[in-house]
Amino acid sequence: MQFFDREHLRAVFSKPTNYINTNKGEAYYDALYRKMEKRLQELRAQKPVREAEIKFQELLETWDLTRRDFLKWVSATTAMLMLPAKFEPLVAQAAEVMDRVPIIWINIQDCAGNTEALLRSASPTVDELILEYLSVEYHEVIMAAAGDQAEENLEKAVKDFDGKYLLFVEGSIPVGMPEAFTIGRHPKTGVEHVKHLAEHAAAVIAVGSCAAFGGVPAAYPNPTGAVGVMDVVKGKPIINIPACPANPANITGVIIHYILTGEIPELDSLLRPKFAFGYRIHDNCERRAHFDAGEFVEEWGDEGAKNNFCLYKMGCKGPFTFNNCSIVRYNEGTNWPIGVGRGCIGCSEPGFWDKYATERPLADSDIKPPGINGVEATVDEVGLGILTATAIGIGIHAVASAIAGKREDSSKEEQ
Amino acid sequence: MGKHVVVDPITRIEGHLRIEAILDDNNTIVDAYSSSTMWRGIEIIMKGRDPRDVPLLAMRICGVCTGTHYYTSTQTVEHALGVVPPKNARLVRNLIQGSLYIHDHVVHFYHLHALDWVDVVSALEADPAKAAQEAKKWANMLKDPITGETIQPWNAGEGELKAVQERLKKFVKAGRLGPFANAYWGNKSYKLTPEQNLVAVSHYLDALQIQREMAKLMAIFGGKNPHPQSLVVGGVTCVQDIKNPARLGQFGDLLGLSREFIYRAYLPDLLMAGAIYADEALKGIGRGLGNYMAYGDFRMDDLPWYQGKTLFPQGLVLNMDLSTVYDVDQSKVTEDVTHSWYEYQGTDKPLHPFDGQTNPKYTGFKEDGTLDPKGKYSWIKSPIYDDHRVEVGPLARMIVGYARGDERIKHYVDWLLKSGNLPVEVLFSTVGRTAARAIETALMVDVMKEWLTELAKNVASGDLSTWTDYDFEKLTKGKELKGYGLTEAPRGALGHWIRIKDGKVENYQAVVPSTWNGAPRDYKNRMGAYEASLIGTTLSNPDQPLEILRTIHSFDPCIACAVHVIDTKGRELGVYKVEPVGGACFI
Repeated sequence: MQFFDREHLRAVFSKPTNYINTNKGEAYYDALYRKMEKRLQELRAQKPVREAEIKFQELLETWDLTRRDFLKWVSATTAMLMLPAKFEPLVAQAAEVMDRVPIIWINIQDCAGNTEALLRSASPTVDELILEYLSVEYHEVIMAAAGDQAEENLEKAVKDFDGKYLLFVEGSIPVGMPEAFTIGRHPKTGVEHVKHLAEHAAAVIAVGSCAAFGGVPAAYPNPTGAVGVMDVVKGKPIINIPACPANPANITGVIIHYILTGEIPELDSLLRPKFAFGYRIHDNCERRAHFDAGEFVEEWGDEGAKNNFCLYKMGCKGPFTFNNCSIVRYNEGTNWPIGVGRGCIGCSEPGFWDKYATERPLADSDIKPPGINGVEATVDEVGLGILTATAIGIGIHAVASAIAGKREDSSKEEQ
Repeated sequence: MGKHVVVDPITRIEGHLRIEAILDDNNTIVDAYSSSTMWRGIEIIMKGRDPRDVPLLAMRICGVCTGTHYYTSTQTVEHALGVVPPKNARLVRNLIQGSLYIHDHVVHFYHLHALDWVDVVSALEADPAKAAQEAKKWANMLKDPITGETIQPWNAGEGELKAVQERLKKFVKAGRLGPFANAYWGNKSYKLTPEQNLVAVSHYLDALQIQREMAKLMAIFGGKNPHPQSLVVGGVTCVQDIKNPARLGQFGDLLGLSREFIYRAYLPDLLMAGAIYADEALKGIGRGLGNYMAYGDFRMDDLPWYQGKTLFPQGLVLNMDLSTVYDVDQSKVTEDVTHSWYEYQGTDKPLHPFDGQTNPKYTGFKEDGTLDPKGKYSWIKSPIYDDHRVEVGPLARMIVGYARGDERIKHYVDWLLKSGNLPVEVLFSTVGRTAARAIETALMVDVMKEWLTELAKNVASGDLSTWTDYDFEKLTKGKELKGYGLTEAPRGALGHWIRIKDGKVENYQAVVPSTWNGAPRDYKNRMGAYEASLIGTTLSNPDQPLEILRTIHSFDPCIACAVHVIDTKGRELGVYKVEPVGGACFI
């Protein structure tokens, strides 16, 4: 089957993936609510990470925040986690007990882009507060201590919070060539470092596409044999928060979810939380109407570009990419790649450097993803194919939505 | 013989850096080695790809100087293809790159560097009323270089400082200090008074908020920060955003806010620290090589590549001699691997990036787990310019501009030095490196306003062109093209070199600022800039590497940038032998 065949397109655009049922029924939510309440009670009963407890209200005051700011943040976060509004009080309480979650953040084959992203965390003042309210035990980019003292901090945290800390990993791990990363007075390799810290963690969170899927270093021909965390760490819960870099809203979302339930959020087959990676960029794109109307940018800076037309023909991979950028955007909603007229490069998908990150549509790309090899199609043919599909596309969407609930149930096939 | 100090990891930098220093009996550094301990191999990944796709990938060299490799790589491909982007694209790129400068420099000063000068714990003892006076004193020493008005301090009244102190007290009382734990508080080489420390800590916290706003500047025309996405070979894509007056207005507002913070917090705090540590600076602590190089950057007109005027001029100043500036010619850039974990085939001479080889040859550490300075000891190569080892960065840009008599640069440099009553020689030091970065930030935020106005006027005149059309097939089919991108990253002179064969990347090499600065010794055993800058520095406590951190941080290391290099032979890497190291066996 060729890429532009109607059946193939139908499959691509409506494949069973991450559609989330945002209404799982009264009984489900009641049970979840009780579970979360119990979890929060348990957390409250625990000794805080910090020896002297700071009252949350006092902290709000010292950060000069009103209760109203805080509640606004609570509503937004509850919605992002796709929970009904009645969960808001629990989210608020979760923020109050966040002090109990110690965090270790390590960088391996990274560019610190995710660290920088975290510093830009979206809901400004409150997320900042959350950052401070979490107990960041080790983070090389921000910590004051260096060398031996930094290593002491790390080992102390591992000992003090054995089995309790969340381990954040940024960057890929060079298993094909372990000495491409070493750290410490007595140099340890990246593989050793990650394995050791994961062993004592409650869960491991791979932040960004490099830690999740190998990302940049793993792009063809992967000179250092770089892989993501899930290929190195076994026997621990792992959450992938891909994208290049990860959206800080999704990082915070995972943490809150963990505090609320003590469990990792519902994940898709690639271990990505469904609350963030449940939809394609395309599904909620502000330029979607132009796609449906067949109005495309044909050349950078042309009339279409001046009028916000669809960027599919300029290589936008929104139809293939699962992420919530089109809803959350970046830098407090300032803008996002499609808003800025470039299109999506599929950065939350595995292997996106080899599949998607070009300024041409798949069929025109030199990089041939599996299944499209040898297709001699022009952009216009594929465009036409898609347009043909679009004529029935709305129908497909309707069907896809209607059967989404069933897919949710049969999610085993994804796992 | 004194102590052998090992600092690994160097924290508060981008990337993975190890410093070893040899002390004499007075705890003065007599020898030093800089080693990078991570690499990824991005250049081989670029090989064979469509050159138009390479800039996005090149950007991922670094997420801190995010966008800078994107901008440089785009320019590199344009230079090879002979494409010059239109005026709007030039201005948008200047604004995006300018946004990176001011954001990056502010985050560097407060969040990566300040804790080398500022004792957080000492701020607890400060008298907030006196601290407010202190803040006023330093701010008032400065007059706005454009309006001439006296500058007032940022958010540093008695009440505000008291609130910050309370917050700190609670934090410390709570027991666990998180990122501030187990550091060097109380070390003798912290010289600021408790009041001065309180002012700086207060601005450290304010800067956390402000940097988030500054990052939005890049997102307005770039789509997001980090890793913007609006540059393409031939221009930019954000035509929607530049024709929207609300967008330009938002940019102007955020720029105004950024300027307030830079002039009322950053510059006064810098002046304060600079004055306290001026004696060390005048002694030349942290001076290093004394050779400074800049490629020059930020195009001020629309002439073809490298033919027009740039905001920062190119040039080379040797041995701190401001009377002579040599022109920089990219063909004189070479890289040597005598002490780097690579080997050249067919030659042992340093190679120009167009002919660059990067055959890894990892030899590991010595038996005792330390670096082997007689052999190879770093993943960073040693760049050499015309057989000189040079330093790059804000200090090099300011010194080259100053020596060239550039009006704008001279104005800002003299402005700060005169405000602090300091001679120009103060710049040749650790303090000088940090001061030059601040001067440059002030200059940049002002010139960005000019670019924004120019952009708004040009768009208003009806020019909405954002992209130069070119026929990629025709330009590349059956041809071999060469191009280079010479720019100034926030951390210094950045060069990318590309060879394109039949429309595909044949070879790609990048020589980046932290390669110049963080390099190991070269074939003549001459030190790299970090190494040289540490010689002669005395540690007040050899178990606490505070003075080392201060000087190394003054370069703003970005090691992911420095180490990304590997060529076509890289695939052989998987098979070479891995040596057991310091008792820990690499598997």
